[in-house]
Amino acid sequence: MGRITLNKVTKSFGETQVIPPLDLTIEDGEFTVFVGPSGCGKSTLLRLIAGLEDITTGHIDIDGMDATAVPPAKRGLAMVFQSYALYPHMSVRKNIAFPLRMAKMDQVEIDRRVDNAASVLNLADYIDRRPGQLSGGQRQRVAIGRAIVREPAAFLFDEPLSNLDAALRVGMRLEISELHKRLETTMIYVTHDQVEAMTMADKIVVLRAGHIEQVGSPLELYKAPRNLFVAGFIGSPKMNFVEGAEAAKYDAHTVGVRPEHIAISGTEGAWKGRVGVSEHLGSDTFFHVHDTGLAETLTVRADGEVSFKHGDTVYLTPREDVVHRFDAQGLRIG
Amino acid sequence: MARTVTTNRKILNTTIAWAIGLLIFFPILWTILTSFKTEAQAINDPPIFLFFDWTLENYAVVQERSNYMKFLWNSVIIAGGSTVLGLIIAVPAAWSMAFVPSRRTKDILLWMLSTKMLPAVGVLYPIYLGFIKLGLLDSRFGLVIVLMLINLPIIVWMLYTYFREIPGEILEAARMDGASLREEILYVLTPMAIPGIASTLLLNFILAWNEAFWTLNLTAVNAAPLTAFIASYSSPEGLFYAKLSAASTMAIAPILILGWFSQKQLVRGLTFGAVK
Amino acid sequence: MATQSSRSAARLMMAPAVILLLGWMLAPLITTLYFSFRRYLPLRGGDQGWVGFENYTRFIGSSAFWPSVQTTLIIVGGVLVITVLLGIVLALLLDQPMWGQGIVRILVIAPFFVMPTVSALVWKNMFMDPVNGLFAHLWKFFGATPVEWLSQASLQSIVMIVSWQWLPFATLILLTAVQSLDGEQLEAAEMDGAPFIKRFWYIVLPHLGRAITIVILIQTIFLLSIFAEIFVTTGGAFGTRTLTYLIFQRVLESQNIGLGSAGGVYAIILANIVAIFLMRIVGKNLDN
Repeated sequence: MGRITLNKVTKSFGETQVIPPLDLTIEDGEFTVFVGPSGCGKSTLLRLIAGLEDITTGHIDIDGMDATAVPPAKRGLAMVFQSYALYPHMSVRKNIAFPLRMAKMDQVEIDRRVDNAASVLNLADYIDRRPGQLSGGQRQRVAIGRAIVREPAAFLFDEPLSNLDAALRVGMRLEISELHKRLETTMIYVTHDQVEAMTMADKIVVLRAGHIEQVGSPLELYKAPRNLFVAGFIGSPKMNFVEGAEAAKYDAHTVGVRPEHIAISGTEGAWKGRVGVSEHLGSDTFFHVHDTGLAETLTVRADGEVSFKHGDTVYLTPREDVVHRFDAQGLRIG
Repeated sequence: MARTVTTNRKILNTTIAWAIGLLIFFPILWTILTSFKTEAQAINDPPIFLFFDWTLENYAVVQERSNYMKFLWNSVIIAGGSTVLGLIIAVPAAWSMAFVPSRRTKDILLWMLSTKMLPAVGVLYPIYLGFIKLGLLDSRFGLVIVLMLINLPIIVWMLYTYFREIPGEILEAARMDGASLREEILYVLTPMAIPGIASTLLLNFILAWNEAFWTLNLTAVNAAPLTAFIASYSSPEGLFYAKLSAASTMAIAPILILGWFSQKQLVRGLTFGAVK
Repeated sequence: MATQSSRSAARLMMAPAVILLLGWMLAPLITTLYFSFRRYLPLRGGDQGWVGFENYTRFIGSSAFWPSVQTTLIIVGGVLVITVLLGIVLALLLDQPMWGQGIVRILVIAPFFVMPTVSALVWKNMFMDPVNGLFAHLWKFFGATPVEWLSQASLQSIVMIVSWQWLPFATLILLTAVQSLDGEQLEAAEMDGAPFIKRFWYIVLPHLGRAITIVILIQTIFLLSIFAEIFVTTGGAFGTRTLTYLIFQRVLESQNIGLGSAGGVYAIILANIVAIFLMRIVGKNLDN
């Protein structure tokens, strides 16, 4: 069980309030991702839930029990840190067993659980090594192993993949997602990478300066971003924003069109421009189009086969049904 | 980045460095050599460097005159006891300063260091009186306490600098894993800080071993450590260079040997953890 | 970066060290202050009551006071200058590639392990003795008249003995700092055409700043209270009486506790002036 409720939670460091009053419910078994640019308070929020920081006002309930004043050791939560925070002087086995040893569990049960975790995470071959002798990905798995043996009410992940190289990151992303499917335990995951958020989350919480900008499933955020910030943050490459007369045609202050929702043609279309840099990914090609008179650059996604040269004149046509409209305050219209 | 240098340059470096090293070490070497000479050879003019009649006689005389083992034992107890006691008190304090720093942490640390600047002689008499009242004069226990207090600021400071190198996330992980504060310090922090703690231990053992104000002024017979043993040779008496050398060698040998075996930790410790 | 409970735990765990040191500082300090206002001669009538500031005026008025302050500062300053300068030279030398670096390092740090009483005795008798000392032999060998070191050049001799004891410490700290210097920085400077002197002045020396501060701080702490070296060699004669030693004489040799305590208060004030000055510098350096 792991239903976590934050009720009017605030956090101040001295005079500066880093988390203004904030309400949030994380349902049992849900994979929730806190995402936002660095300094948005997402890690602080996770540490408040963990109990590593005191909340200034408000309260936190875990499974209906007020956990505001409960020390981190007693909250029944497990955490995976950005640096993995493995104990360098202990073997992998001892690292994983540490929380069980702290819980005064008997040795037979400890061994059973550690062996089980090690086989699930493919760590059996390294069980007697020290963390210093492991690769980044293996360390990551040890950190996860140390978390799962406790069978916690919820897992907290603090940017766990940011120290891994790109290829490994994709693999670990899948492993964590699979782990979630199998364990069906609540997971809270902090990242600044919207791709991780989109690929892993049941529910995404977009944060900026301690404020929740929007809460929703990945597709909800993609399809109906509540404001310009979320619209610009979710989706890759970034959404194109157009202001002025062109936006007024749509009865909006700003309109946003995703690169994948613009058609590109060499002969005809709504907007005329000149091709700058093109990025060929093989499956897709991204064109950066200048001199449209609408925005400095418009990014357009096209099929991998499509090819234009630097300086070619092209015509762009937005898909009318998926144009996002925003008012002068940056809030979504309709 | 090691830079490649010419062999000639390396020979020059080696020669100069060895010459200076030997020059600095010479007084110790000379003392050790003299301790094996006869008194007459010890003051021979010109001085004899190696070709003399090696003898252990001086050591026998010194041992006979004053019970070396008793002084040695006192030194071990006093230096060891004060260091270990200091460590027990300093570890929690250093944990607090390193991992839960507040605005006043630095002030407290500097204040602690500044207590070391209080001139001992200014407070000698009150301490002396207090020791008489408490029956601590000439007791090992009394000296253990005093030397512990003298070295405590240095111990706290050294541990603080070593602890600061340990990432806080690991201690937080222990907390999340259900470790109590005691378990966190005992099972996670202390084992991780072993090299630093060893250095601290060694350096403070040496400082306590060599301390020569309180040990001279607060002991007479029973608790007198090696500093007092050697001080009894301070007034010349006939031919005594060889015996003085033997006594000196006996007083510094334990520390020199200890230093030889624990060079790495000592070198680290000698920098007081302040320079990396 | 912590919770309320860890903050209170921290306060609790800091308490023993803080309370012990506070007691160690305050109890003797208050007693010393108390005695300093009394006429107290344990062997000649004991405690004879309040005398106001008489001890203070007598102590500061005595012809020995100012010279002793001067001696203290000369010894501390002299040793600091010698050890820091030689320490930098030695550190740069030991950083060079050579054979047997480890052994040389042991030879250089060895004096630090020698008890002050031992080193004072050895220097006094076996090196500086005007008849049988090694220096005397050396002087005679070159046809010079042996110097009576501890009476004719007493202050210099003591500065030399103490410098010998502390040079290893300075060298080692500075060596560690030199070794942590980023080699690429020096290579970049060399590429830019900076000669050795300039590289030393603009890159090495600023890099050593923190280490030099540490050397000065720690050595000052220990040097202000050197005792054994003077006790054993000159016994305070021939202009080597430091403030520490003067007080020691008042308290233990003339058994004048009141006067000695007033001297103690002066010594504490002097130490504090030095301490405030030092802490200013170090406090800044500890920040980074």
